[in-house]
Amino acid sequence: MSDVVGTPAKAARQRLGTASTLVRLAFIGVALAAVAGTFAYLGGWLTPNALTPARFTDGFEEVYGVHPGFRRNHAKGVGVSGFFESNGNGVRLSKAAVFRPGRVPVLGRFSLGGGNPFAPDAVSTPRGLGLQFSLPDGELWRTAMLHLPVFPFRTPEAFYEQLFAFRPDPSTGQPDPAKVQAFLAHHPESAEVLKVIKSQPAPSGFGDATFHSLNAFRFINAANESTPVRWILTPAQPWKTTPSQDKDFLFDALIAQIHRRPLQWRLIVIIGQPGDPINDATIPWPAERQQVDVGTLTLDRVESDETSAATDLNFDPLVLPAGIAPSDDPLLSARSAVYSQSFTRRAGETKQPPAITPADVRKGG
Amino acid sequence: MPTQFPAFSRLLHWTMAAMILTMLCIGVAMVASLGSYYVLVSIHRPLGIAILILVVVRFVNRLLNPPPPFPATMSRAECRVATASEFLMYGLMFILPLVGWGMLSAARYPIVLFGSVHLPFILPHNVMLYSVLRMAHTFLAYLFFLTFIAHFGAILFHTLIVRDGILKRMAPWNIR
Repeated sequence: MSDVVGTPAKAARQRLGTASTLVRLAFIGVALAAVAGTFAYLGGWLTPNALTPARFTDGFEEVYGVHPGFRRNHAKGVGVSGFFESNGNGVRLSKAAVFRPGRVPVLGRFSLGGGNPFAPDAVSTPRGLGLQFSLPDGELWRTAMLHLPVFPFRTPEAFYEQLFAFRPDPSTGQPDPAKVQAFLAHHPESAEVLKVIKSQPAPSGFGDATFHSLNAFRFINAANESTPVRWILTPAQPWKTTPSQDKDFLFDALIAQIHRRPLQWRLIVIIGQPGDPINDATIPWPAERQQVDVGTLTLDRVESDETSAATDLNFDPLVLPAGIAPSDDPLLSARSAVYSQSFTRRAGETKQPPAITPADVRKGG
Repeated sequence: MPTQFPAFSRLLHWTMAAMILTMLCIGVAMVASLGSYYVLVSIHRPLGIAILILVVVRFVNRLLNPPPPFPATMSRAECRVATASEFLMYGLMFILPLVGWGMLSAARYPIVLFGSVHLPFILPHNVMLYSVLRMAHTFLAYLFFLTFIAHFGAILFHTLIVRDGILKRMAPWNIR
């Protein structure tokens, strides 16, 4: 490419000297490297030790092993479905269509915390309930709740650290007390929450468990007023599950209960007051906070993970309809990010038969 | 002979350039982020749909308003490569948001634009399909980034080394 044939020649455009050409080429190289470097920095390649959704999920896989096709946490579970009947009491708090009087279909999944899909049931394991409310206009509301009254870990980093601190030692089957001590010394808020959890009697099964939103959210009503809230599901059934050596006794009892009659919970919205922390899942709100009963959840059908549509859903707590918004709790965005990573990994894997099979569900637990 | 793209074409180019660069940066950052993930995803989805709409406008505009000729410094082969890369970028602007919409549909993630306004699902609920499209989305995004680097590098080379005034074709201001 020599200088210009066919364009109006300009006197100023003389041939570039070698030095000048090199300087200009270097400038181009620097400009391109700056763009690529910015891209690499944003993608986390220059900070290999930062905690990312991928590294978080690697942590689950390291502690629990890789079980293809299963969730990296809350791997063991069953699908459920039913409906939510709103009584209209929530309308003054949130414009979400789910709170208008009437019924919306619900798809859900009961699960046990932990990444082993074949872990034996234990009353000491955190029990989870993921729900999806399908609103009339096509909006979706998903929530992933736990039976624990407060969450023991304040930040994503603390949650990641505890995975390894509480990891059972292969020789004893128990966590290493020294590691647990070190973790709790570093995270006094976690020690506090674990003390509270241990001091309360654990529910005997799934049906008699109260499930908690854990994180705070904001309800936005039609007048655009924002209210800090947490929510709980309180069980209508007093049924007790008898603990047994059977490795699936919690799920068997749940299946038997649903076969007998639908299970119900009341959805209670707890209204935060100014000063109540909305960015810290480890701090409970005072017990006297106003509670609004907004409706009843009825679950009348149970299914194996093998056939349930809930298996292929990510119960991302930030799938929210207009009228429900996240709080500043750093756990929320991190949960959304890590759930997504876990979902993407298992979506591409060949599924294995789950612990609770369709035959287990048919025979009624 | 016009030496510049029409004003509307230039407006579309620079608007979309800003949107696409933002989009590529958000995309690569959000998958590596815990704390900012939600905010970034909430921008990524509607911004992607906006790009999908604008690229349709842009493609129609391109057919109605052909570009000015390339500088005479460019050989016939160079012109062909340049035109092909432009159409590759139009293709990516169209296909990337569409793959994103499709993959979210296959996973049953809502595609919320604003408030309660959301897009319908365009594919059946199928996580294997989601997985394939999710990988395609990443692959195409990297391809787009590399295409951008090539585009940016070529413009710098022509502007600083060949000095044929190619940037004037797309300058945001009118050249007289």
